[in-house]
Amino acid sequence: MSQRFRAGSGFVIAAMLSGLATMSVAGQSRATAKAYTAPRTPDGQPDLQGIWTNNTFTPLERPKGVTKEFYTREEALEVIKRATLVESEQTEPGTVADVHYDFTQFGLDRSQETMALNLRTSLIVDPPAGRLPPLSVEGQRRAADRAAARKARGGTHDAVQNEPLGARCILMDRNGPPMLAGAYNNGYQIMQAPGYVMILTEMLHDARIIPLDGRPHLPANVRQWTGSYRGRWEGQTLVVETTNLTDKFAFQGASENMRLIERFTRTAEDTILYRFTVEDPATWTSPWSAEVPWKRTTGPIFEHACHEGNYGLYNTLAGARAEEKKAAGEAEKKETSK
Amino acid sequence: MHRRGWLDRAVMLSVGLTLAVTPIASQSRTYRAPRTADGKPNFNGIWQALNEAHWDIESHAAAPSPVLELGAAHAVPGGLGIVDGTIPYKPEALTKKRENHANRLKLDPEIKCYLPGVPRANYMPYPFQIIQGSEYIMMLYTFAGAVRTVYMDNHKDAPADSWMGWSNGHWEGETLVVDTKGFNGQTWFDRAGNFHSDALHVVERYTATSPDHLLYEATLEDPNVFTRPWKISMLLYRRLDKNTQIMEFRCVEFVEELMYGHLRKPPPRSPSEGGVTR
Repeated sequence: MSQRFRAGSGFVIAAMLSGLATMSVAGQSRATAKAYTAPRTPDGQPDLQGIWTNNTFTPLERPKGVTKEFYTREEALEVIKRATLVESEQTEPGTVADVHYDFTQFGLDRSQETMALNLRTSLIVDPPAGRLPPLSVEGQRRAADRAAARKARGGTHDAVQNEPLGARCILMDRNGPPMLAGAYNNGYQIMQAPGYVMILTEMLHDARIIPLDGRPHLPANVRQWTGSYRGRWEGQTLVVETTNLTDKFAFQGASENMRLIERFTRTAEDTILYRFTVEDPATWTSPWSAEVPWKRTTGPIFEHACHEGNYGLYNTLAGARAEEKKAAGEAEKKETSK
Repeated sequence: MHRRGWLDRAVMLSVGLTLAVTPIASQSRTYRAPRTADGKPNFNGIWQALNEAHWDIESHAAAPSPVLELGAAHAVPGGLGIVDGTIPYKPEALTKKRENHANRLKLDPEIKCYLPGVPRANYMPYPFQIIQGSEYIMMLYTFAGAVRTVYMDNHKDAPADSWMGWSNGHWEGETLVVDTKGFNGQTWFDRAGNFHSDALHVVERYTATSPDHLLYEATLEDPNVFTRPWKISMLLYRRLDKNTQIMEFRCVEFVEELMYGHLRKPPPRSPSEGGVTR
């Protein structure tokens, strides 16, 4: 059976890579970006509507050893091919330690899903080194405080509250805001109505209903996991400002006072260029920006009921308790046999 | 002071007579909703039910809170219900409904922050927002951040069962008709234990009766649980508060201790209690 699957996955990879050869390069050329004018919605907004994906193998930070900003097309295809092969290896039973999921069910999601060919070597475009700026003194202190607090709470599996947010189906680190891709569920559905842009994130069925009427942010004491977000149009670009975040989320180690500016620009019929800037002097010595193209894809987006089916979380905790009990039993046996 | 002319009085009289003999559902025909750009009734906005159906969709008297400590703060307010008559349960299903009610603190999916399903999402005590397009109409709920996509064209059968079901919609004049199937059978109708199976089929009708009211009617069918189709109806009210918005209600976080607290690592036992020293 695994033999049959291997044959199948090989076919999928071949098909996917042949698809890549005809991929258009998205979001690279500013000149092209300016040339395209998005159609308008009936109420006059540039039209961002549709089903999109920000699926990518491009890492947030430039890999060590890579010094240039852009790959050649051939290099980029090679990077994708390598990454695809690594993910397909996970579909081989026993090749990875993590058996939390049956990888044959989803391990190839990323390589089979629509993906823009991104020549960038990192999503971070500023600083030009493609890596997060250094932590400020306050940022270093908070990182140390947070690490100490984590340690004081005990092991990851000691209590549900110690588990990562993603495992708890509260918020995926990558889903932000800002909105970044992971291994699967990278779909977005954008709808516009007079006064609003709605972005539904497939992962965790998270909807951001962004008001465009210039209303003030939420009161400063009201903190939300996804913050307070307000949008406005600057020409062709939807600009969304997010504040009022919570200390519990801490995107890339940020403080709750992080201010996020996201910019969505339709640069082609099938592409939105998504660019964001993170401002948080309490964490980094300078603001930083990243960009990733979103590619039009096919729907529908299906309900992702993560919490409702979170057997993994239950089993992880129950398994940890069972192992402790077993270890305690063995220790007791050892004591009595002394 | 302005004195009404005979024509005004005649019109008022005739409207009054019409209202007196017209059931609520057809009153809507007297109101024509503002239109969206594509000429459909415009239901964009933030809406909320103002009734006691989230406690019990059937008529019920006030009752104590199921949680002793919450006293009157979480007691059940009486309500006239939104069901046309009573729910036509099969005998064995009525027994299960009663068991559900008796064990509601353990069994009600709302308590676990599970997606609420349909129609329950529409009369929970939280606002929801409608974002209306030509291809899709989105219903975005406060509770658990539940989302429904109503497919206005390209109708399909549900690709798989889900909590919120698969919704296909169409317009019948002033009315949005939403046909929802493909439920997983794990949701309830209310806190009273009223329930259904995965064979539930809901047909909802949304009709504006004023700029700020939607008449909500639904027919519910589930041959596994009910002897015949039955109906509910209620009003949805537009939230007119300044800057009103759907607030985040990521309730997973609020139920973790309840659901997984028993799996917390116990504190180490001291040697005097027979604990193993390290």
